[in-house]
Amino acid sequence: MIKFLAKGLIRDRSRSLFPLLTIIITVTLVIFGIGFMEGAMNNFLQSTAVISSGHVKVVTKAYEKESSQLPNDLALFETNKIIQNLSDLYPNYFWTPRITFGGLLDTPNEDGDTKEQGPVFGIGIDFHSKTSRQIEIWELEKYLLHGNLPKNTNDALISTKLAKQLSVNVGSTVTLISTTMDNAFTTYNFEITGIFNLNKGQVDRQMMLVDISGARQALGMEGAASEILGYHQSLYYNDNEATSMRNDFNLTISDSITKVLRDEASYDALSYMNGWNMISDIEKRKLPRQRTDALSDNQMYDNNEDWEDLSVEDPAIYAPTMIALRDASQLASMVDFSNVAMGVMAGIFLVIVTIVLWNMGLMNGLRRYGEFGLRLAIGESKSQVYRSMIIEALLIGFVGTLLGTILGVSLTYYVQENGIDYSEAINQMSSDMVLPNVFYAKVTSELYYIGFIPGVLATVLGAMLAGFAIYKREMSQLFKELES
Amino acid sequence: MKNCLIIFFLSSFLFTQSDQMSANDIMKAIDKNLNADSRVITSKMVIKGRRNSRTIESKNWIVGTELAFTEYLSPPREAGTKMLKIGEKLYTYSPQTDRVIQISGHMLRQSVMGSDMSYNDMMEDRPIEQLYKATLEGSIKIDDRDHYIITLEAKVKGLSYPKRKSWVDKEYLLPTKEELYAKSGKLLKTASLHEIKKIDGRWFPSKFIYRDELKRNSRGTEWIINDIQFNKKIPDSRFSKALLRK
Repeated sequence: MIKFLAKGLIRDRSRSLFPLLTIIITVTLVIFGIGFMEGAMNNFLQSTAVISSGHVKVVTKAYEKESSQLPNDLALFETNKIIQNLSDLYPNYFWTPRITFGGLLDTPNEDGDTKEQGPVFGIGIDFHSKTSRQIEIWELEKYLLHGNLPKNTNDALISTKLAKQLSVNVGSTVTLISTTMDNAFTTYNFEITGIFNLNKGQVDRQMMLVDISGARQALGMEGAASEILGYHQSLYYNDNEATSMRNDFNLTISDSITKVLRDEASYDALSYMNGWNMISDIEKRKLPRQRTDALSDNQMYDNNEDWEDLSVEDPAIYAPTMIALRDASQLASMVDFSNVAMGVMAGIFLVIVTIVLWNMGLMNGLRRYGEFGLRLAIGESKSQVYRSMIIEALLIGFVGTLLGTILGVSLTYYVQENGIDYSEAINQMSSDMVLPNVFYAKVTSELYYIGFIPGVLATVLGAMLAGFAIYKREMSQLFKELES
Repeated sequence: MKNCLIIFFLSSFLFTQSDQMSANDIMKAIDKNLNADSRVITSKMVIKGRRNSRTIESKNWIVGTELAFTEYLSPPREAGTKMLKIGEKLYTYSPQTDRVIQISGHMLRQSVMGSDMSYNDMMEDRPIEQLYKATLEGSIKIDDRDHYIITLEAKVKGLSYPKRKSWVDKEYLLPTKEELYAKSGKLLKTASLHEIKKIDGRWFPSKFIYRDELKRNSRGTEWIINDIQFNKKIPDSRFSKALLRK
């Protein structure tokens, strides 16, 4: 029966070609549209995560409060030990120290006097550790236009925009003028080993990347870091997981250290590790389970009044606190909005496509009323005609969706690998948000089945609705339609 | 008896004179104590940061408001760093970079090595009489010592502190406590003078405490004068850029 119907479909192109093409095109569009939206949102979040926020990050409470001023005097100490703790507690994430600093970059002329001077936004990242994935997540091998990655402590990479502004090239020596973590004036020489363009709008216009060891030397921050950033091993941001991890950390570990530091009330106790070491091993094991109902509703983040009482005399201001990507850069509303917007957009898109295919199935059925009349006249029952019609729709829908899915996933994969370049538009925007110049699509597992909703379901529903009319009409009327 | 009466009248006249000094006289007396044509100071700054305290030792050569040279002696990270101020220009040299870099003029109002003092606080020495118009507000007893209260309003433009309020010790004729304001009236800093001693025939404090009121939770900076020489002849070569590298 199916073979017979399939042959009929192949031989009568008016019944198969147009519907098939319509289904292929719409399914391809659905798959690519959803894949591109997913990818673009992930690009945006990943860019923000790489450059500024991590998927989560750990800072001191005081640093969080004044973070816009890059207050390295409020940095975390003993970062290696904190990273070890975090890795043990949250093995699905990898953790990396970072120092962010501002200052001036001074380039000398032949006599050593100032030739050019300009503001710089420096980031000290871990280039050299064996386990470091910084080069991978920054995609520096891809974005490095000239020179090499840093090998020594005083090597630096600068952006093309900054290099142009300061008229420097690979091999030039530049002097950083900044302040140490004690707020003392400092100068430090870096040698430029490479020039990069992150392709993320204006975000890198004053950017210099150095190894964290160089930043530590320049700013007198031995063993310290402004922030410790955590990334999911898969590099895919999961908002629910990150938020729940932040709550766990802040409502158990961070609060426990705060209490210990306050009880100790000594300036010798102003470090994470002192606080952590004073908690017994038994207590430490209990910590992740200590979250109470009263604290789990995120009241810590809603109660800003507490922060106004922060005093330099309170040792707890140096206790670590965790911030999820959504908390940083006021991204919370954007993450929520984008999740809703993407759902709504995908839903509307799906509904429109479904209506189109439904309509196509309907029209296809109506167009064949004469044929149905004839088939009824030669003895086929109404249910036989109806069934054959649905099986035909199912065949066309399935084959069309299969081809559309193959085409859509291929197209999405192509854009995932090559991206779509929006450089001109993004470069004209002066937004503080980290917007990538090139947007990449993302092939997700849902793309392999999402096309079947409009492709098969809508087509079959359309055919069913059209065929339903067969039962409502008299055979004579169908014959009459055949004559006309 | 006649002599006794003369002594009584003379002393009461003198007492009245001292107690009713005009605001200008007070400024002149302060300048006489604090100012000199030149100063060579060896000092240390105890900077009470938010997390720890640091001590920085330095030697300064200062002539008026235009010329100043500072060499940092310790701690090791700062040792060898030199700064030269010529008018509104500030040059710095650090042995780590072996470069002389000119810093923009606005840095002169910035913190010295993370302290509560600005470069101008440390490096300028100009008679207040030339800069401010004073008003005597009254008298008060602080720690059982009589003080004048005077307010100073800038009469020249471009000063770091266009308004000041000073509590001047009547015996030492030094402002033992000062509030330093912006033109808008916002309190920028407070300063106090301690351990006042007689040096070269003038009263001079051995310790200044500055507190930057704009810094959140500032714990203040102590500037302790270990040695000071007034009106010492300083050669012009001391204020040359070439000396920064030596």
